[in-house]
Amino acid sequence: MKNIDSDRSNHRSWEGAKVFALTFPDLRVAVTGGTSGLGLALVHELLDCGAKVAFVARTREDVESVMRDRPAAHGIVGDVSLKEAIYPIAVQVGGALGALDVLINNASSLGPVPLALLADTECEDIELTLATNLLGPFRLTKALLGSLAASAREGRRPVVVNISSDAAINPYPRWGAYGASKAALHHMSRIWNEELSAMGIRVLSFDPGDMDTPLHLRAMPDSDRSTLKPPKVAAKELVAVLAQILSDVNPNAATPAEAIR
Amino acid sequence: MIAASAPVQRLSNSKLLVVDVEGRITDRLRADLVELLLPGDLLIANDAATLPAALFGFHVRTQRPIEVRLAGRPCLHSDCIREFVAVVFGDGDYRTPTEHRPDPPRLRKGDILQLGPLRATVLELIDHPRLLLLCFEGTVHDIWEGLARHGRPIQYAHVPTPLAIWDTWTPIAGVPVAFEPPSASFILDWSTLQDFPRKGIQFATITLAAGISSTGEPDLDARFPLDEPYRISGATARRITEVQSQGGRVIAVGTSVVRALEHAANHDGIVNPGEGLARQKIGQNTNLLVVDAIVSGAHESGTSHFELLRAFVPDETLEKLSEQLELHHYRSHEFGDSVFIEKMTRLQWQVCKSEAAIEAG
Repeated sequence: MKNIDSDRSNHRSWEGAKVFALTFPDLRVAVTGGTSGLGLALVHELLDCGAKVAFVARTREDVESVMRDRPAAHGIVGDVSLKEAIYPIAVQVGGALGALDVLINNASSLGPVPLALLADTECEDIELTLATNLLGPFRLTKALLGSLAASAREGRRPVVVNISSDAAINPYPRWGAYGASKAALHHMSRIWNEELSAMGIRVLSFDPGDMDTPLHLRAMPDSDRSTLKPPKVAAKELVAVLAQILSDVNPNAATPAEAIR
Repeated sequence: MIAASAPVQRLSNSKLLVVDVEGRITDRLRADLVELLLPGDLLIANDAATLPAALFGFHVRTQRPIEVRLAGRPCLHSDCIREFVAVVFGDGDYRTPTEHRPDPPRLRKGDILQLGPLRATVLELIDHPRLLLLCFEGTVHDIWEGLARHGRPIQYAHVPTPLAIWDTWTPIAGVPVAFEPPSASFILDWSTLQDFPRKGIQFATITLAAGISSTGEPDLDARFPLDEPYRISGATARRITEVQSQGGRVIAVGTSVVRALEHAANHDGIVNPGEGLARQKIGQNTNLLVVDAIVSGAHESGTSHFELLRAFVPDETLEKLSEQLELHHYRSHEFGDSVFIEKMTRLQWQVCKSEAAIEAG
């Protein structure tokens, strides 16, 4: 994957965000994939900013471990790739937070590991990748859209963040399942945003860059970790973008999906 | 009427029976709803999502199977999830009409119910062997997880296939606090909502924890609706005041909205924002202070939903409405067709009654 620094030039809005005080009292946030990598870093960062946070992950032990570490966070055991899991997750998000302002669809599947050429990718593997990276975010967003719209009607600025990747844009060989699913998610984010911005809901596609995460390690076991961005840094960058959107007085000033990419 | 038996929220040919302010009745399509709204109108819906509130398990003292349907709670706060009013049923499920199901085990104060992963204590029986106040054990976290993963949507025999949670969530469903869907909102879709601003129509929501509406046991059903907590945001209250001052109509989507708005209103019709517990029954003798029209399901006479419509139009008009619902084969219950009823003025009300008297001879 390409160097993160070349991505940064596209993040024209994030530098300016530093001027805002990063505290979000009363902000209600849900994060999927919240027990490792960027998701876990986001849980910590958002709690540190004063937000109420619910997080979702598949493995009960991991969810309980994060809750022991951060008792203020509401952990939810669930697999966003499963249709039957979505509404039980949504019941717990809405129930525990009492409302929702920000949904971060961060849980991602890499597809076949080790990474494979598309010609060597099993159909079942690409289906599973799409279920996690595309259908999961679609279903969860749809299930929680009522809460996000209620937040907008109360004058807040609800945001859905779909975690993207430069593999959504660039055709990297062996990243077919992941890249195609993230490309679809990226485009879906843009369409959601077009459709929902009139109602005051923003949908953002955010590329955090190449991070030192378990997912990246599985994809590229030999990479030099010192060259990778710590997830904590990416989490701070995303929170800064959120801060800017949440403080934006004019809902029509920018189209977030375009501003980020 | 025919019972709507499939959990389809928006059939393209769903019907809408309209009663206008003079009591005239017309048979329309649901898709015509937006044509009945005028610039300056404010449509208000209940944005509560529906809890999977039917819990199956057993009564620990007798080891007998039991179904518990959560039916009410005292407040909407997310941590206020321990105590519920509930109705109990014996062995079996919704497929068997209540009168054919075995009686539930006879409960005593202090009895324990094991409901999947959830464990609850009977705090008291509320003047009826099936109606009780229960208290869940465990943390707030565990109770939410138990409800979300173990609970099933409350369901009745007229829908034969098991409901999924998503069948019971309206398109605008937000926080899961209702026990049965605020089903009038099934009429809404996002495309309609997006069209409203262009047509000068405003949209707002309240949240009311709609309780269960029926058990099949007449002496229990006579108690419904139970007390229901609700929340009206400052934004919604402000919009109501604006619309009232500009002469627009306040149109409630569903009986739960009427109940919340009228409960929160001062004598002058000003609606106060905040949380409340709606305890009143709305019916023939209610003077509606806020709501000018209602969109509702096609309910059968005798239900508490139908009773509420008596505040909008005289019984003579409701009789004609029921005749028309039969004549045009309207489908009843939560996945059925709809009615749109404008509140009749008191003057019209008198005219209608005199006409009925003349007709009666």
